[in-house]
Amino acid sequence: MERVPILKIGSTLLVSIQVDLQDQSVQQLQEDVAERIAATGAKGVIIDITAVEIVDSFIGRMLSMIGSMSRLFDAQTVLVGMRPAVAITLVELGLTLDGVQTALNTEKGLRLLSGRS
Amino acid sequence: MVDADQARLAEFLGAGQPKVLDQWTEAAGRGVSDRISPAELRRELAEILSLTVAVLAGQDEAAAGQLRAVLQELSRSRARYGFSPRETAATVLSLKEAVYSQLADSVELLPAYLGFTRFVDDLGLQTFEAFVGAREQIIADQAESMLELSTPVVRLWDGIIAVPLVGTLDSARTQLVMEKMLEALVATEAEHAVIDITGVPTVDTEVAQHLLKTVVAARLMGADCIITGIRPQIAYTIVSLGIEFGDVLTKQTLADGLAHALSRSGLKVVPA
Repeated sequence: MERVPILKIGSTLLVSIQVDLQDQSVQQLQEDVAERIAATGAKGVIIDITAVEIVDSFIGRMLSMIGSMSRLFDAQTVLVGMRPAVAITLVELGLTLDGVQTALNTEKGLRLLSGRS
Repeated sequence: MVDADQARLAEFLGAGQPKVLDQWTEAAGRGVSDRISPAELRRELAEILSLTVAVLAGQDEAAAGQLRAVLQELSRSRARYGFSPRETAATVLSLKEAVYSQLADSVELLPAYLGFTRFVDDLGLQTFEAFVGAREQIIADQAESMLELSTPVVRLWDGIIAVPLVGTLDSARTQLVMEKMLEALVATEAEHAVIDITGVPTVDTEVAQHLLKTVVAARLMGADCIITGIRPQIAYTIVSLGIEFGDVLTKQTLADGLAHALSRSGLKVVPA
């Protein structure tokens, strides 16, 4: 199973997903993010899914859960770089990703987070 | 279908081919002479007639296939030049009349003629089928080109795009609009999108649903989406149908939408 790396930039964690997501790796990611937020005291999490072409309801829900979870640590989650096909799939699945903010790309995501703090 | 009667009929037709062709051209040309010249019609019919004789004679195996191909081509060109189905079918069916007028003196060929009318009826049906097929193809082509024509995505400002919709929306078109707009969001990195439906005469539940999905999908991608130009009748329909627009932002006109997007981007328009 491939693990998704989590980078730390200032008080922001950057998670760039470059592999096809398996249910297991998403679950692992969820745990990793929680641990890293707790360890670093990060205020924001950016999840870059530019390279993700396929999502299912499980992955959608997991992303949403990462958002809700980081909020418990007072960290804000921004999902960036979602592809049109992925957005359409999520809407068709009826997932609105509550608790997660979105931005078109990483740059805009970083700006969104810096505007808050 | 080859039997003695038919072979005799084929022989008879083969011998009297020019006469039958004259009769046929005259019968088939009735009512359509303003759109196709007798010479042109005669040329087309001569090909069909000689193939028909070949099929009836039963000597040429490939003739039946050729005859079908020629008929299809004829129907297709008729459909394209705006002939009515009746005129197209009558072209083929009038062969019966032409042959009958030649047969009048030879009573012994009448049994064969009965089989022959069935054969011509079958040709007529083939013609009609090909005609309808050609028409449907034309309609499908037009629908497709209309779909391509009618969904532009316009860049209004740096970071603001607009999708002006004109004409009746159906599910297929709304779907296309949705995909095009989302792709444009990625390509232009626009944070605001304005969907203007001033030119849309009616909206039903399904279309409204698609519009809402588009807005939600855009939001998932990190862009704001505004719907503008809802006409009074449409507003009335939306409310009577009980469609919930939820927290989707709507503005009266495209200008209002643009103003909103500008102010959200921190821009202000001032007199020069």
